[in-house]
Amino acid sequence: MVDDDALISLDGVEKVFDVRRRVSLMRREKRQVRAVDGISFAVARGEMVGYIGPNGAGKSTTIKMLTGILNPSGGRLRVAGIDPARERVRLAHRIGVVFGQRTTLWWDLPLKDSYGLMRRMYRVPRARFEENLERCVDRLDLAELLDVPVRQLSLGQRMRGDIAAALLHDPDVLYLDEPTIGLDVVSKAKVRGFLRQLNEERGTTVLLTTHDLQDIEQLCERVMVIDHGRLMYDGALGGLHAAGSAGESERTLVVDLERELAPISVPGARVVKVEGPRQWLAFPAGQSAAPLVSAVAAEYPLVDLSVREPDIEDVIARMYAGRD
Amino acid sequence: MAEATGTAGTAGTAAATAGPAETRPAREFTDPEAPRAHGRVLEGLRGYGLIVAMWIRSTMTYRTSFVLSTVGNAAITLLDFVAISIMFSHVDVLGGFTLPEIALLYGSCSASLGLADLLLGNTDRIGARIRDGSLDTMLVRPVPLLAQVAADRFALRRLGRVVQGLGVLGWALWSLEVDWTAGKVLLVPVMVLSGAAIFAAVMVAGAAFQFVAGDAAEVQNSFTYGGCTMLQYPPTVFATELLRGVTFIVPLAFVNWLPALYLLGRPDPLGLPGWAAFLSPLVAFVVFVPASLAWRAGVRSYRSTGS
Repeated sequence: MVDDDALISLDGVEKVFDVRRRVSLMRREKRQVRAVDGISFAVARGEMVGYIGPNGAGKSTTIKMLTGILNPSGGRLRVAGIDPARERVRLAHRIGVVFGQRTTLWWDLPLKDSYGLMRRMYRVPRARFEENLERCVDRLDLAELLDVPVRQLSLGQRMRGDIAAALLHDPDVLYLDEPTIGLDVVSKAKVRGFLRQLNEERGTTVLLTTHDLQDIEQLCERVMVIDHGRLMYDGALGGLHAAGSAGESERTLVVDLERELAPISVPGARVVKVEGPRQWLAFPAGQSAAPLVSAVAAEYPLVDLSVREPDIEDVIARMYAGRD
Repeated sequence: MAEATGTAGTAGTAAATAGPAETRPAREFTDPEAPRAHGRVLEGLRGYGLIVAMWIRSTMTYRTSFVLSTVGNAAITLLDFVAISIMFSHVDVLGGFTLPEIALLYGSCSASLGLADLLLGNTDRIGARIRDGSLDTMLVRPVPLLAQVAADRFALRRLGRVVQGLGVLGWALWSLEVDWTAGKVLLVPVMVLSGAAIFAAVMVAGAAFQFVAGDAAEVQNSFTYGGCTMLQYPPTVFATELLRGVTFIVPLAFVNWLPALYLLGRPDPLGLPGWAAFLSPLVAFVVFVPASLAWRAGVRSYRSTGS
């Protein structure tokens, strides 16, 4: 199944790494790890797709093959009709890439200097550049940051700066690897709003990996779940919830005790994990956490606590549980 | 297959223009053709220049630090030569060479290495870039990777070494009584530039090796900085096996030994004919072939980091 009309198409794509492990001082063992194990999908122009899965599932490896950073070990892969690894430089003009953990901006220089470099590097005509920059500055709230050296920006400001930098050359595809990681609520909302607008108005195709379920809920109509290098689910987000709702959705109460204790027992919750003095208690998402908190506080030496909403890992984990 | 891709690409673009015209502007500014070989070199040089300019501006934000480190750089390399001069206050000749003759060797290789170091000395940082994954961000830019790696953290302060090397070289040529011919005059700039090119090729090969061997910056440094330390002394003080190695395997002898011997009218200890002195540019060109092949193989084997 090769769909060359699609903007992005993968057909049986594989990536195998040789991993050398030292077993003893002299002997080394060579092992093959299939990071991506035969993935096929197609993304049409203008789609906004979430690409999710647990750590080490092969998400980043796929993105890196789609951007030409890594060479696939097998299968066929096309982005805008280009074979990424073969024509990396030509592909670069057609794609924008944002790595959440890494910046492409010039650390010691004002933000606008990095944009000037992008203009020259991508040979963007000045009028087009001004227009694109103005739009990004306006919508990502960058006006006051343009003259600030990048090293002085906060994480959220820098992320917004990076997203703008990836879009000044009008890419057909925007890849975002964890675009909201570590951002505060306001920055997250700003980034999401901007991406939605970008997709609606300019028809930019967006492929994003994330750990944040809300990113997907608010942005993507289509979700792909990958695990152990294989595509486990490809469809609407609603379907994913259905697939995962074999067990009822659960929230987690994380409690820090004064000292290490045996798993504590509280009615209405069960301990799912213990790590030193910290314990994780799962309870049904529909239930209030308040009675649980007071029960724990009454009986155990409680230092601190927090409540975690169900995230993608949970949804996926239950999806597997429901399948078995 | 290339044909098929070409058609697919055109179909994609046609689909794009079929959409609302205002929201999806035509992309007249990206080159639809894959760049030709010489086009790639030009693109690389252009990208190199752009990135170098950014690094110079970055350094200039710390002006005092820049001035101090430039002066410091020149002073440190000059101390090298002071050490050699002090040695000559105790002996008159070393391996049959006088102080101005040694200065010729010292100045030429220092200028060559300085030039290579200035232009692409930070290629040895690629190991760190590979380990922390920041090479990924370079790989998604429309500039050949080698140009970006060469320009990485470009440091104008390294000009200090070039100036110092040329200074010592100038002094040597002034104090020596060279029997000047047109060939010998031409040989001086050819020697410095070819020497820089040979060191550059070694740096590229070393960088390529780091794709395989994690942090191998020291291997590369032993050939560049170590090689230059060796080339400061006359070839007559070294064992024949070493001379063979640096003539025929890693051809560092062509950086300055062979041209300098010709300038001084001395025979090559390995018995190579005088015209071998003029082979340096050719040697530089030839060593770039395995270096660039190694580089390509390295990039293809790049594995990136976990996330």
